[in-house]
Amino acid sequence: MTPDAALIRYVTRLGDNSLILGQRMIELVAASPELEEELANANFALDYIGQARMLYTYAGEREGRGRGEDDFAFLRPEHEYRNLLLVEQPNGHFGDSTVRAVLFESFYVLLLDALTRCGDEGLAGIAARAVKEVRYHLKHSSQWLVRLGDGTEESHARTQQSLNDLWRYTGEMFASDDIDKIMRDEFDGPDLNVVAEQWRKAVAAIVSAATLELPEDGWMASGGKDGRHTEHFGFLLADLQYMQRTYPGATW
Amino acid sequence: MVEAQYKAEQILDWLSDVADPEIPVLTIMDLGIVRGVDCTDGVEVALTPTYSGCPATEAIEQSVVAALEERGVADIRIKRVLSPPWTTDWISSEGRKKLKIYGIAPPERRNRPVECPRCDSSNTERVSEFGSTACKASYKCLDCLEPFEYFKCL
Repeated sequence: MTPDAALIRYVTRLGDNSLILGQRMIELVAASPELEEELANANFALDYIGQARMLYTYAGEREGRGRGEDDFAFLRPEHEYRNLLLVEQPNGHFGDSTVRAVLFESFYVLLLDALTRCGDEGLAGIAARAVKEVRYHLKHSSQWLVRLGDGTEESHARTQQSLNDLWRYTGEMFASDDIDKIMRDEFDGPDLNVVAEQWRKAVAAIVSAATLELPEDGWMASGGKDGRHTEHFGFLLADLQYMQRTYPGATW
Repeated sequence: MVEAQYKAEQILDWLSDVADPEIPVLTIMDLGIVRGVDCTDGVEVALTPTYSGCPATEAIEQSVVAALEERGVADIRIKRVLSPPWTTDWISSEGRKKLKIYGIAPPERRNRPVECPRCDSSNTERVSEFGSTACKASYKCLDCLEPFEYFKCL
């Protein structure tokens, strides 16, 4: 794979993470437990969709085959999406969504921060914009984790269960493949081993503040980065792509 | 060599009529999102988004094109600039004044209390960290009891 081809796939993959998490959060619009949370969730979802738009647009420009943001978002089949399995997991109850957000955002903040110093100016610019937003999201999701974990016996138990259930999707974040390696070697991109170490420390601190237990590393699910998804993904995509599939090329 | 048809100062002056669609009291110049104008070949306006997901981004671009077309400019291009990212520090002092008069508390430096835009009291309370748009929080003044919006520091 040429460095350029790897970069385009890397940027698309980042876009997929932002888009799919954004889509999951949109499913929660008008379903939040309180008004403040409703606004926070909708605003954060918008941030993620906005990041996906910038990343897809940039990938399309670098690719130079005339693909735009909508082509990436709406007109690809399931196996061409390379997001982490974690972000496509269903919203479940509020504890599940909160744990998913904390685990992903604490990783994404570190990754984007490293990318602001990468050798590709376009990607570094997008990362600089996005990292500020995700830092804010993480602050919010961490506060919720503490409230739920250090809340009632019921909320503590359920949130611990969410953490145990979603832990198996965290290994994939740090499994470096060819694309990650080319990004690191050719573009001064993030070293996932370093990110993993920082992430563990950050998550351990949040989890401990929430009086929860860090699960033991067991079997880790993987496949998202190669386009092999969990069974939930097809349903998500059907909803996401419905309009463009039904009315191809529709605009407003 | 064709001489540039417009001067950047002229274009910037025209752009100071373009209002932000979400906070119409501010112009895009007050907001600090115009990063430059290049008149060497047609007119190229460099804009930066406030937030990635800001729904006003396209509306602002359209308003810029419309404002210049109204003045007879034909060849207009919009360039999106991401770096350095926009922060609330880009809001001009003029913009901060306008926000306050409009009833929105302007962004404060870290650890400074949010002041009520109506009575200037710093005895205020945050009602919700999230408000009507991504960039605003909801506050209440504990002295004059007026609810108000606060432009979050970013």
